Amino acid sequence: MIFLIALAALLALSASAYQLARRRAVSSAGGRLAILHSLPGYHGTWVALWTGAPAALLLVLFLIFGARLEGAAIQAQTPPAVAKLDAQRQAVFYSDVQATAAGKARSAVSWDGELKTAFEAKTAEARNISTLGLVLAIGLAVVLALAGFLLAYPRLNKDFRARNRVEGWTDLLLVVCSAVAVLTTVAIVASVAWESFRFFQSVSPLDFWFGTDWSPQIAMREDQVAAKGAFGAVPLFAGTFLIMAIAMILAGPVGLFSAIYLSEYAGSAVRAWVKPLLEILAGVPTVVYGFFAALTVGPIFRSFFNWIGSFLVGGPLDGLGQYLAGVQNQMALTAGVVMGIMLIPFVSSLSDDIINAVPQSLRDGSLAMGATKSETITQVILPAALPGVVGAMMLAMSRAIGETMIVAMAAGLQAKLTANPLDTVTTVTVQIVTLLTGDQEFDSPKTLAAFGLGLTLFVVTLTLNIIALTIVRKYREQYD
Amino acid sequence: MTDAAQHPSAKHLKKRYAAEARFKMYGRLAITIALAFLVILLGRIVLQGYSTFTTNTVSLPVYLDPARIDRADLSGSNYDYLVSLAVLKALGETEDELGTMSEDASALISRDLGFQILDKVKADPGLIGKTITVTGPVKADADLYYKGEIKRSVAEGNRKLNDRQLTWLDRLKKSGRVHGGFNSAFFTHGDSTEPEQAGILGAAVGSAMMLLVTALIAIPVGVMAAIWLEEFAPKNGWTDLIEVNINNLAAVPSIVYGLLGLAVFINWLGAPRGSPLTGGIVLALMALPTMIIATRAALKAVPPSIRDGALAIGASRTQTVFHHVVPLARPGIMTGAILSLSHALGETAPLLMVGMVAFVPGIPSSFIGGATVLPVQVFIWENASERAFAERTAAGIMVLLAFMIVMNATAIILRRRYERRW
Repeated sequence: MIFLIALAALLALSASAYQLARRRAVSSAGGRLAILHSLPGYHGTWVALWTGAPAALLLVLFLIFGARLEGAAIQAQTPPAVAKLDAQRQAVFYSDVQATAAGKARSAVSWDGELKTAFEAKTAEARNISTLGLVLAIGLAVVLALAGFLLAYPRLNKDFRARNRVEGWTDLLLVVCSAVAVLTTVAIVASVAWESFRFFQSVSPLDFWFGTDWSPQIAMREDQVAAKGAFGAVPLFAGTFLIMAIAMILAGPVGLFSAIYLSEYAGSAVRAWVKPLLEILAGVPTVVYGFFAALTVGPIFRSFFNWIGSFLVGGPLDGLGQYLAGVQNQMALTAGVVMGIMLIPFVSSLSDDIINAVPQSLRDGSLAMGATKSETITQVILPAALPGVVGAMMLAMSRAIGETMIVAMAAGLQAKLTANPLDTVTTVTVQIVTLLTGDQEFDSPKTLAAFGLGLTLFVVTLTLNIIALTIVRKYREQYD
Repeated sequence: MTDAAQHPSAKHLKKRYAAEARFKMYGRLAITIALAFLVILLGRIVLQGYSTFTTNTVSLPVYLDPARIDRADLSGSNYDYLVSLAVLKALGETEDELGTMSEDASALISRDLGFQILDKVKADPGLIGKTITVTGPVKADADLYYKGEIKRSVAEGNRKLNDRQLTWLDRLKKSGRVHGGFNSAFFTHGDSTEPEQAGILGAAVGSAMMLLVTALIAIPVGVMAAIWLEEFAPKNGWTDLIEVNINNLAAVPSIVYGLLGLAVFINWLGAPRGSPLTGGIVLALMALPTMIIATRAALKAVPPSIRDGALAIGASRTQTVFHHVVPLARPGIMTGAILSLSHALGETAPLLMVGMVAFVPGIPSSFIGGATVLPVQVFIWENASERAFAERTAAGIMVLLAFMIVMNATAIILRRRYERRW
């Protein structure tokens, strides 16, 4: 709240700086505006920027990082009573101290005896530190604002190149905004890699990437011997791959043939109707597909296979019949098919672009030689478009691997190493969701495992994307 | 050899034409399959969800028995029991010693009526000892029976309501105490553990707050980044890297943004868990690449002659861009912004990572407090075991899709109305 007031005050200060500077510019020209290098508004804006921007930046940075700095300051000296606690209890202690100092609800842990005295002392210290921090930040902001104004204001005169200076500020802002995109990537890589690194300190990367036993629940009990081998992610990769393969078997041909039909056969009226409808299919949120998979497709598949199984039970294929009669809703096939439906418009629109990029002269040449349309497509257009189509399929695969909601709602939780589409499998994304939703401490290998999975997911999809985008771009350039 | 039918290539030609027809049919089939999936998907959701928009309410005269209400502790009294007795009275039944009659009756009427009585008694304790009429929803299972979703033909053990309860429901309906009507509670309530009281408004408000945060970050940052990349950036290795980077960011799985939000915003910077602020920031980062790509396309569509004209009469580069190019590209930028926000509206996975999956009753009121958004609400209800929640899930999806359709339609109208061909 105090920050909002401070920011508002700063805004008012900048506004008055703008007016003062504007007036000074006008008076320096003696009222003849034509002899000013820049319009008076630029003079005003420049001074206002120097007054407001650095101070505002400081306040915003303090707002973002302040709590962290205060935390570090409080933890600089750990009382001996607290130092005796293990790391987790210490973390709870300090979060309680900060919560109490800020007047928020703290955890249910009660601190007794010498811990109580330490708690009270630290809470008082925390209050002091946060007051000090606030005073420092606002004081520094006031100093910055005044300094900025005092440095900028005297420099104004009729020849001052205020417009160029203001444009310099604009350029800086634009560059900073572009840097956000790069910073996002850096932040993703750094955070996910750092948490994975912490995970790999307790679980060997080899066990993680090549182990075949996935049961993260066991590791919650620290005294258990079996806790070590429970993070083998191969079944998750296999499950992810199985569902992705099913999805691509459906989405690949259907999407590609839709694109071929739309770009080579369909009249403009059909295109005008079908394309927006496919866009609707593409715009449906994945949670809707998940709901559809879990409550419609899953039960239909199960009753279908149970029905077939009921015929086979007792016959020569009794074993198969028994199996089919017992399949569950949450089979890999359900998630795969629904994911395939989701990917159809994606594959179709990418392939459509790529087929359209094949030059008309190739078509004309082939048709002129007497080839039918389908021969032209299969023997001329598709070979020419092949790299692009491969790229599109790879992008679709990367979407399928990273898709979360469909599998979270329709695939199972059991990690099984199987290629049977009627079996329950789990995927990387499902496990990330399961490991990270709900209440658990952040430092256990169980939650950190999610970051290991996230890192693997990021690297795999990124590789697929880079290869695919390079292929597609090379391919486009070929015909440009 | 003059007859075409005798020509050796004729047979081959016939085969080739057959192949042509087959190929064309495959294409038609593919389109039909895709569109059939669309129809089945939407049709199924509408069929499953539309019944949520009506509900059955019951009006009961309840005798506020002074012997059963503790005047000293009004909140501690069991008003649901009074309602159950009122139901029995309306049916002409009497309570048995074991209380099974009232137990059966209480499974038919929403607890909302009990809360209404509590509110009334608190406002005016003088009501105790009198008979008042309260109106409220029936329990979700009873509602399902009235709508024909629970059938008497199902074996008694396999349904939630026993034969006696079904007979009571029939009699209540016949006596005129139960009316069907529009389910306004669904649009005015937040989430609840009782299906008949759960509504979508809390999630809709949460979505709106979160989208506001997303828009305030993603639109300005995305537009300015695109302006720099398209209009100012020098062509060198760095800008190439940024370009490749943005294209790849657009294809990073959304759940990875959730991991980023959890590790950086929540654990490192201490952002409030499950709040519209944190969710909005994460989605803004996710929407940024799409926003940049759309804005760049819009800027690219402005012909160079506009820039040349402005530069020729002495405008600086910044003035050219901000006074001429950007205003002309504005419809395209707005369309891109609406589309990327509509995409963010439907996103679920990263929000699960930043803790938005918690049960939040009521309507969110603060940007730093806990909130739910529409797609997460759908996810939560889908996980709920009670059957009435499945209907509400479908209805929630209909509300979500309605919002997305409105946003997309706005984008299309903007594009149609303001698009300029140069």
